[in-house]
Amino acid sequence: MSDAIVLTGRTIRLSRRNLDAVLTAMLLPIMLMLVFVYFFGGAIHTGTEYVTYVVPGVMLLCAGFGSANTAVTVTNDMAGGIIDRFRSLDIGGTPILAGHVAASVLRNTVATAIVFGVAFLIGFRPDAGPLDWLAVAGILLMFILAISWLSACFGLIARSPEAAGGFTFLMMFLPYPSSAFVPIDTMPGWLHGFAEHQPVTPVIEALRGLLLDRPVGDSAWQALVWCGGILAVATGLSGVLFRRRTA
Amino acid sequence: MAHRPAIEASGLEKSYGAVKVLGGVDLSVPPGSVFALLGPNGAGKTTTVRILATLTPPDAGRARVAGFDVVAERRRVRRAISLTGQYAAVDETQTGEENLRMMGRLTRLGRAEARARAHELLERFDLTGAARRTVGTYSGGMRRRLDLAAGLVGHPEVIFLDEPTTGLDPRSRQAMWEVVKGLVTDGVTVFLTTQYLEEADQLADRVAVVDGGRVVAEGTPAELKERVAGQRLDLVLGDIAGYQSVARHLGVRLVRSDADRLTLGVATDGSAAQVRALLDEIDPERRAVDRFTVHSATLDDVFMALTGHGAGSGSRNGGGEGGTATGGATGEKTGEKETAGV
Repeated sequence: MSDAIVLTGRTIRLSRRNLDAVLTAMLLPIMLMLVFVYFFGGAIHTGTEYVTYVVPGVMLLCAGFGSANTAVTVTNDMAGGIIDRFRSLDIGGTPILAGHVAASVLRNTVATAIVFGVAFLIGFRPDAGPLDWLAVAGILLMFILAISWLSACFGLIARSPEAAGGFTFLMMFLPYPSSAFVPIDTMPGWLHGFAEHQPVTPVIEALRGLLLDRPVGDSAWQALVWCGGILAVATGLSGVLFRRRTA
Repeated sequence: MAHRPAIEASGLEKSYGAVKVLGGVDLSVPPGSVFALLGPNGAGKTTTVRILATLTPPDAGRARVAGFDVVAERRRVRRAISLTGQYAAVDETQTGEENLRMMGRLTRLGRAEARARAHELLERFDLTGAARRTVGTYSGGMRRRLDLAAGLVGHPEVIFLDEPTTGLDPRSRQAMWEVVKGLVTDGVTVFLTTQYLEEADQLADRVAVVDGGRVVAEGTPAELKERVAGQRLDLVLGDIAGYQSVARHLGVRLVRSDADRLTLGVATDGSAAQVRALLDEIDPERRAVDRFTVHSATLDDVFMALTGHGAGSGSRNGGGEGGTATGGATGEKTGEKETAGV
């Protein structure tokens, strides 16, 4: 546990000095939010102010995209000699990966909070009580945690930081075929099945319901089951992958 | 405590797929000494170090380091050793001091202790001035010194250095040698791998020459050099007929032959008397030999003498050490000091 804390501090220091990546993880969702709200928003009818509709999707994109960067930080470590040094100090894969994931959670919590701030500036007016906000924070944290750990698995598979960057690409596009930016029923019929049942949709629906004080329905527990499931699979898988990679 | 070997290995074998990297390596290293594993790329040096440092399990054979079995008592071995690999295992975007303090914390030192130890090591490795700069701004030599310092944070009993000077310029190499020599005065055991005969000669109490995954010779540097004479006399012949007749005359004493350049090499101790005698013996008419040069023996010569083939050729059987492919070429250039004759 103390190793994981020391290694979390390390990864935070590393990301503080790699501000480009952190800024990109923040600026990209903000730019997308501005593009959707000001360029496309007028043409999209969602029954509410578009900014109010799109913010949960943007939050999720920010959280997912930023967390996916964990793949790159993990691959960088695996490519250098530092993992061997850690292993020769009797530090196993779990604290090493936990360090990366914990730093990612901290990084993305800050990024998400900043994106929320920008959303308020451009007219986002949610209707949520303190408990709703707590639930929103909880779901976003679970999502960041799950995607960061899944991303760590990709980092263990990828052989180069460029390849690991591919995972950020996936996380950037996954919100599009969901209810993030446009209502699903405006999409072609063959896409409905995927868009309605992919993990991102219940997370967005839960966030939207909580923030806008609408019925949340099944989406909240579905979101938690998805995140919990991804987290469980990813932690298990990462142990196996780490051992295979370093054998 | 003091009498058991610091490192003991018998019959170590390792294959990666169909490629046999180690074919039965036996080693014994007394505590408080420097031991060098000398060999070309792909000889199995890195694999041996990885097995002894518990990072890779052997397919067969046994090894004990600091008295513990590297497989069954892996964790206890890890607490007694440090490994400094070929790739600098420090973070480029942390400062030197941050790297060392982190290593201190990871070796279970308290915050204050970790800081004190970091300062002590920075001082000792002449890095105090660069302590607060990120490692990305360091020169190659500084980076290696920091890397070595990072390995020492936890007061290891046995230190593994995998090619500590590959890729360094001659001055940094010299500085690194001084640092390694200083380690032994603390009573630790140093196990290093190198492609440079000169490095093994400078640093090691004992040297094992590895080739094709086996130890082909072991002894003190002096003993090894006796077997390869230590110097090489290169003769440039005037024509191909002279080349062939001298080659026939020298027979098994030849350590180098290059028909394209009409050059033949023979072992010598480098003394004027012996060189004169050799020239008289080979070329009594004083017509066949155009020019000659005397070189200090290179790893290639050691290999030629010990294995019958050069270090750069024929012995590449390891897929696991591809990262050092450029090191061999540098080694041949820098290891060869020319003393040109007339």
